[in-house]
Amino acid sequence: MIAARLTSIALLAASLALAGPAAAQQAPAETPAAAKPAALPFKFGVLRQFPPPPPWWNTIATLPPQDDGIAGARLGIADNNTTGRFMKQDFQLAEELVPFGEDPLPAFNRLIEGGAKFIVLAVPADQLLKMADAAKGKDVILFNAGAPDDELRQQDCRANVLHTAPNRAMLTDALAQYLVTRRWSNWLLLTGRTPEDRKYADDVKRSAKKFGAKIVEERVWNFGPDARATAQNEVPVFTQNVSYDIAVIADELGEFGDLIGWRTWDPRPTAGTAGLTPTTWHSTLENWGAAQLQNRFYRQSKRVMRPLDFQMWLAMRTIGEAGTRTKSNDVKALRGYIFGPDFELAGFKGQSFTYRPWDNQLRQPIVLAQPAAVVTVSPQEGFLHQTNLLDTMGFDRPETKCKLQ
Amino acid sequence: MTASADRRPSAPRARLWLAGVAAAALLGSAAPAAAERIFVSNERDHTMTVIDGETLKVIETVKTGRRPRGITASPDGKLIYICASDDNRVEVYDAATYKMLRTLPSGPDPELFVLHPSGNPLYIANEDDNMVTIVDTATGQKITEVPVGVEPEGMGISPDGKVLVNTSETTNMAHFISTDTNEIVENVLVDSRPRIAEFRPDGKHVWVSAEVGGTVSVIDPKTHQIVKRITFEIPGVTPEAIQPVGVRITSDNSTAFVALGPANRVAVIDTETFEIKKYLLVGQRVWQLAFSPDQKRLYTTNGNSNDISIIDIASEKVLKSITTGRSPWGAVAVP
Repeated sequence: MIAARLTSIALLAASLALAGPAAAQQAPAETPAAAKPAALPFKFGVLRQFPPPPPWWNTIATLPPQDDGIAGARLGIADNNTTGRFMKQDFQLAEELVPFGEDPLPAFNRLIEGGAKFIVLAVPADQLLKMADAAKGKDVILFNAGAPDDELRQQDCRANVLHTAPNRAMLTDALAQYLVTRRWSNWLLLTGRTPEDRKYADDVKRSAKKFGAKIVEERVWNFGPDARATAQNEVPVFTQNVSYDIAVIADELGEFGDLIGWRTWDPRPTAGTAGLTPTTWHSTLENWGAAQLQNRFYRQSKRVMRPLDFQMWLAMRTIGEAGTRTKSNDVKALRGYIFGPDFELAGFKGQSFTYRPWDNQLRQPIVLAQPAAVVTVSPQEGFLHQTNLLDTMGFDRPETKCKLQ
Repeated sequence: MTASADRRPSAPRARLWLAGVAAAALLGSAAPAAAERIFVSNERDHTMTVIDGETLKVIETVKTGRRPRGITASPDGKLIYICASDDNRVEVYDAATYKMLRTLPSGPDPELFVLHPSGNPLYIANEDDNMVTIVDTATGQKITEVPVGVEPEGMGISPDGKVLVNTSETTNMAHFISTDTNEIVENVLVDSRPRIAEFRPDGKHVWVSAEVGGTVSVIDPKTHQIVKRITFEIPGVTPEAIQPVGVRITSDNSTAFVALGPANRVAVIDTETFEIKKYLLVGQRVWQLAFSPDQKRLYTTNGNSNDISIIDIASEKVLKSITTGRSPWGAVAVP
């Protein structure tokens, strides 16, 4: 069951941009949008497949919105088209939502057959690799906006995939920098039951080693998928008889992470996938012009911008920015510009974003947030790097196992 | 907090000053000219700080609308205009009494604006709305809106008032708008996140700062060509921290000052050779700049250290800093 399929919301976006009380008072200035037939087309596709929801996601507070991510892609298209009016460029979007458990490849092929040259994906890593290999040799740029897997930036990297989603190592490095800065260096690692949780935990260990923190003990959560009713008894026991500064939680589905805080045997803060969380975006970020993006997004979607929205927006803006500068929709020319010396993506986090040429990972500052407030943004001051401070997070060139092809 | 702390000593001083005036009047000598005052908009505590240009002390803290950012003065120096961004209006204050006289419609989220050299109309960038709103300052009526790129911000106007330049931060363009037709005549691509457009007083060039790009593009307004792209390099400062924002050019057209954001420095630039003569260390995240009316001093708003720095232009030295409200955004000084 394919939930939605839209084509070209470009027209809508253009009319939105021009609408407003003034339009009635006086005709807006003649813009190149009027010369529509001459506009250079940029065809995008977006494909999203949600992960399986844990049993207790089904609350109105935690259920992800239907348009999670997609709304960010739509805003990216609208932003590109506002600039496109002046550049005679027309950005179009086709959307595919695939339920978990279904094969997303037919939807992917529909996007390719529909002429999409830029396809933004939020799918599991194994599906992403199938798509990357299916698109090999075609003039298409894929964006991984969802999968955090390190392997996609290492041994399983693909030349035709650019990553706007951060990988787990970037996230845990961002967190580790801050904890070490605060001298909270003894961590109790609490790991969930899924393979993804173990991967996150591995990256927590890697970051601890990299920045000089210590995992005093690792404990695995074995109280089942929904311990809300019994957590008050279980969590104190689960966290006793160990001396530590902070509990670092590896629980990507959110099965138990939010049950830990305020229930530990000793009064200790929590971080990781719950508590103080490293992420790309938070609704309370407002510095560096972020307030404008938040407002624009809220006006469009009547909800706050989420990390997946931001990561999809970044993919749209990557092509938008390259298209503005090269004045071309040619995939090779755009790619050349994106990896050239002049590319800089403005992402409202205090400095420009660029792609690492060794693994196609987008460099960006990482927000550390608690539920209702940004706490800090990494990289932290004092962590130095010879070329780019953002390369203190994730896989730097000497660590790469990626051979792009 | 800061405000009341600064205000407490001001009362006795005001009385002393009045006594001084009275004494001067008694002696028959000319009363001292009204001292220069510096007005600073404080984005995060919704106030405007008023500083005496002579004593360099805070003399008043005025409550404004929410999130005051852009600030400017009427050509005669009698009115102060402030963008109250979160209240979606422009507020007009009496520069002598600090009382709000009236508000002007601004369109949503006004960030920055520029007055026509004659004092009317006012051109306002609506950051959330991809528009430039034009308002008649005499009637208080909105004249029209001009659709521009994403996140319009910087506003510059040519000395003859004929050309308006707006920068759009996410579209990365300087939009040249004719003030006769209120229509865009040309769009010039500049580097990432253009913040400010500032004309040379003689109109020869317009300087556009790009915050994320880290550059200033100098554009010929006749040909719309970029004649120079100025880059910055500061030993010990990472390139990412160099984020040009505020730009001011001296009335003799010889020298430009560019605020470099989190690099905490102001660049002093020769406007003929485009050579950077000096970097002056000021407060943290230096944002906007304002000249004193006699152009002997330059004031910088330092958003993260909550103060302004005072630069002596002749010696190119930073004299001192003065604590303001939280996140000082812009400044203007009137005689």
